[in-house]
Amino acid sequence: MTHLRRYIPVIAVALGVIILQVVLSGTRSTYYMTQLTMSAYYALVVIGLCLLMGYAGQISLGHAGFFAIGGYTTAVLTTFNLMAYRDTPLVSLCRSLGVVVQRQDIYGADILAFSPWPAFIVAILLTVIIAFMIGLPVIRLKGHYMAMASLGFGLIIYRIVLGGRIFGQADGISNIPPFKIIDGLEVNGRAAFRVESYYIAWFVVLAAMTLAINLVHSRVGRALRSIHENEEAAHSLGVNTYRYKLFVFVLSALFAAVGGVLLTHYNGSIGPSEVTVTKSVRYLVIVAVGGMANLWGALFMGIILNFLSLRGVFGSYDDAVFAIILIAIMLFAPEGLLRLPRLRAKSPLPSGGTNG
Amino acid sequence: MNLPQVVQYCFAGVTVGSIYAIVAIGFNIIYNTTGIINFAQGEFLIVGAMLAISFNHFVPLPVAIFLAVVITTIIGGLVEIVFIRQVRNASVLRLVVITIGISILMREAMLHIWDEKVRSLPYFTGTGVSTVTILGAHISPQVLWVLGVSAVIVMGLTPFFRFTLTGRAMRACADDRMAARLCGINDRWMVTLSFMLSAGIGALAGCVISPVTQTQYDMGASLAIKGFTVAILGGLGNSMAAVAAGLMLGLVEAFVMSQFDVAYKEAVSIVILLLILVFRPSGLFGKREIAAMRAL
Amino acid sequence: MGKQLAKVVGILIVALALCVSVVAKAADAPPIKVGAIFGVTGVAANLGGPEKKTAEMLVEKINKEGGVNGQKIELIVKDSGSKKENAVSLAKQLIEEDKVLAIIGPSTSGETLAIKNICQEGKTILLSCAAAEDIVNPVASYVFKTPQKDSDAVRRIFQVMKTKGITKIGVITSNDGFGITGGKQLANLANLAGITIAISEAYDTQETDLTGVLTKVKGQDVNAVVNWSTTHGQSMVAKNMKQIGLDVPLFQSHGYGNIKYVQEGGEAANGTIFPCGRLLIADILPDNNPQKKFLLEYKKDYESRYKEDVSTFGGHAYDAILILVEGIKKAKSTDKEKVREAIENIKGLVGTAGVFHFTPLDHNGLGMDAFEMLTVKDGKFVIYKN
Repeated sequence: MTHLRRYIPVIAVALGVIILQVVLSGTRSTYYMTQLTMSAYYALVVIGLCLLMGYAGQISLGHAGFFAIGGYTTAVLTTFNLMAYRDTPLVSLCRSLGVVVQRQDIYGADILAFSPWPAFIVAILLTVIIAFMIGLPVIRLKGHYMAMASLGFGLIIYRIVLGGRIFGQADGISNIPPFKIIDGLEVNGRAAFRVESYYIAWFVVLAAMTLAINLVHSRVGRALRSIHENEEAAHSLGVNTYRYKLFVFVLSALFAAVGGVLLTHYNGSIGPSEVTVTKSVRYLVIVAVGGMANLWGALFMGIILNFLSLRGVFGSYDDAVFAIILIAIMLFAPEGLLRLPRLRAKSPLPSGGTNG
Repeated sequence: MNLPQVVQYCFAGVTVGSIYAIVAIGFNIIYNTTGIINFAQGEFLIVGAMLAISFNHFVPLPVAIFLAVVITTIIGGLVEIVFIRQVRNASVLRLVVITIGISILMREAMLHIWDEKVRSLPYFTGTGVSTVTILGAHISPQVLWVLGVSAVIVMGLTPFFRFTLTGRAMRACADDRMAARLCGINDRWMVTLSFMLSAGIGALAGCVISPVTQTQYDMGASLAIKGFTVAILGGLGNSMAAVAAGLMLGLVEAFVMSQFDVAYKEAVSIVILLLILVFRPSGLFGKREIAAMRAL
Repeated sequence: MGKQLAKVVGILIVALALCVSVVAKAADAPPIKVGAIFGVTGVAANLGGPEKKTAEMLVEKINKEGGVNGQKIELIVKDSGSKKENAVSLAKQLIEEDKVLAIIGPSTSGETLAIKNICQEGKTILLSCAAAEDIVNPVASYVFKTPQKDSDAVRRIFQVMKTKGITKIGVITSNDGFGITGGKQLANLANLAGITIAISEAYDTQETDLTGVLTKVKGQDVNAVVNWSTTHGQSMVAKNMKQIGLDVPLFQSHGYGNIKYVQEGGEAANGTIFPCGRLLIADILPDNNPQKKFLLEYKKDYESRYKEDVSTFGGHAYDAILILVEGIKKAKSTDKEKVREAIENIKGLVGTAGVFHFTPLDHNGLGMDAFEMLTVKDGKFVIYKN
């Protein structure tokens, strides 16, 4: 029974999401859902990064890179016009399989491109492969070296995006179609689809949360915590730290990519500003503010800070506000804002792991 | 390619390489004392250059630079006392995070103090069009200034860390903070001193490169990234190696540029960084064992 | 005791504030809400900064003079940080929440293209300050842009090259939106003008030195160099060309329209040829020029208020507001559809970028005559003469 208690917050948040929707719809202020949906997708990145930083003790300054791999892959595949190759056997085959579809944009131009589902699958596979290849050597590095390597990874993705014609260079890619998940349910930025897009986003976030909580309490989670506390000791007890860390690295990249794909379809566009070092740092700030090894803290801080930022509340002081929050937290509350000491004391496990 | 052209590419490499090198030196000082990489080093450069540019409206260039260096040194000390020293549970992760925070804060403060416009100091000798001609190729005298100042700094720092009591005390702090404290070294002030020193050297670097690169509030980050690429390439903590690595990276970039699209140049330097990190974290000129210890 | 007193005072203050706001509201007709999205910070700060300043200054001036059709304008300025995703979020917010009549900006092409469809579907007028021609091609009925066309700037440059007998050029551009779009137009139109582009390279906006790129250009024996950017590369390229002894004419884009880059370039900037709107040379225009008086006034207002030189980017925001105000006046209404139609029929409106003639198919309204070819002489802009 006790382990079911872990999921009480998930249910509570799910109820909160529903109540919020009812209240917003009732007061005719559904427009808040636009930024709530966007923030939810960014929160996916944060949840993954929290697993990596808080539980596996690995820093990453390049997570925006994984978000972008997801977003840009789907953006390219769903907008690259195959009209010119229409009659080639390969494209014809893809069309008959429904992998490639024809649509019209709002100006009446015909576009023949991949439909979102296959694009999504390709994006996820690509992310997993790249994360695995990058993680293989990088996970072995420690401290600054890991920070530098992940920063370098993020920069390379940024350079590729900025230099590649197919990625639209500095302008990025626009006119990305909505993502129809099943008939009657789509990720779509238009006002008419706001409520369903909101629920899709939160469903994905809570699913990711459940997965993360499970992971933290599983054998892998216990191994990770032991790594965090004392790597040598864990190693000597036969814990294969490397394999576990690599697994979490790939998983966190996967979360980021899913966020990237879905947000790109929701916004209808993506640009190089999603891949900057500043963006990666922002995710890191949110995890730190949430309390490093605190999944719920990371989620709530991710939602609140991104929501305010996307609404332009901080104006021209946007980055400065993030920096001040970060420094203040590091100085005055290094365990994060949302740490709940009472609950933690009850927890049977030593510090560094569980919460609420 | 004919000879003057090859030489010209080399000069282009030396120009950017000298800039990378002088930025990298600052990283090494703080690393030598604290074992942390200060992500805000790039901002020290820009603050220094911005101050000097502002002062230069009222006082002659050398005085302006001197004032800028002094003030930036004080800022460096304050940053350490106000922020770094207060961090409890100072793991590498936390220190990296907080220096990133400081760098963003400094950049935004500069945007609101100075605005977004690009500025620069005048050339130390000659003007924007004067050049020195060697083997049929041309190089700006300011590049020679950058190289000269780097050389002076390195030549000053090496004996400082090796022979003076303060310098040795600073190094002792990096190796083993606790042992250093037991030996009666005031480790806190050593860290403060290292921040002051690297901020001051950063400011000087910022002033020297300003005529070439020009100065804008948000340039610090990209300079810093190049700087620590070079610092790691040379082997963290070794200033002499940083200068060599800087020039080398500049030349590699110039070569890549001469053969491929300019866009690939940046990617190549990052790939080099990743390869070094994975295969030789001690850097090109560092000793393997030391780096392995430091990496912990 | 003290607590209760504080409570009473608090209630009194709130009550007073409510009274004041009610009175204030009753006195005025409802303001016309206009949104603005500028990249005040981030990579486009050098565009967004002057745009925001200009927009705020102009709206203040219009309101002081009694507003439009008796209604004041309420300008809601948002900083996108030059980020596409923020522009999307802010545009939706302005359209659905603030229910603005129109959006001024964004500063970059990428951001504008990201919100083009959103504005079209949200039936809200968008007056972009960005350069790319994709913004008005295909035409979206609600989307306009105020900067001159890149292709016209390129045509003017090629005209001058022809008179100078230049046939082989090297092109370098910054790797941001402005540079990339310009590079594409140069490549598209070169053949037609009988000019070969021997080499075309994009450099980073944060580049520390350009001698390497220029050495590469020099190796191609070009007759001239064209640089297309809005960043500090513009002053760097002039200096670096002189430093490596690349003594061919230097052409720049209309992004060079900020005297700051000339000052930074020092004596190397002399002789640079570039197309530009007439704002920068307002004082040397002949007196019969229709734009002269208007330009001088903007220049004076801006420079006395902000203590910095006026730039063409601020002018783009000025034009956007001017066009909107003219549209509202002509429509005698703040109905979005009516104002949009009125804007489509604006003819002969004098702006900072040129004289605007809109049609339902031309949502830019400027032609090649919007550009004047300028050159730099002794650190000042002067009209270029063959």
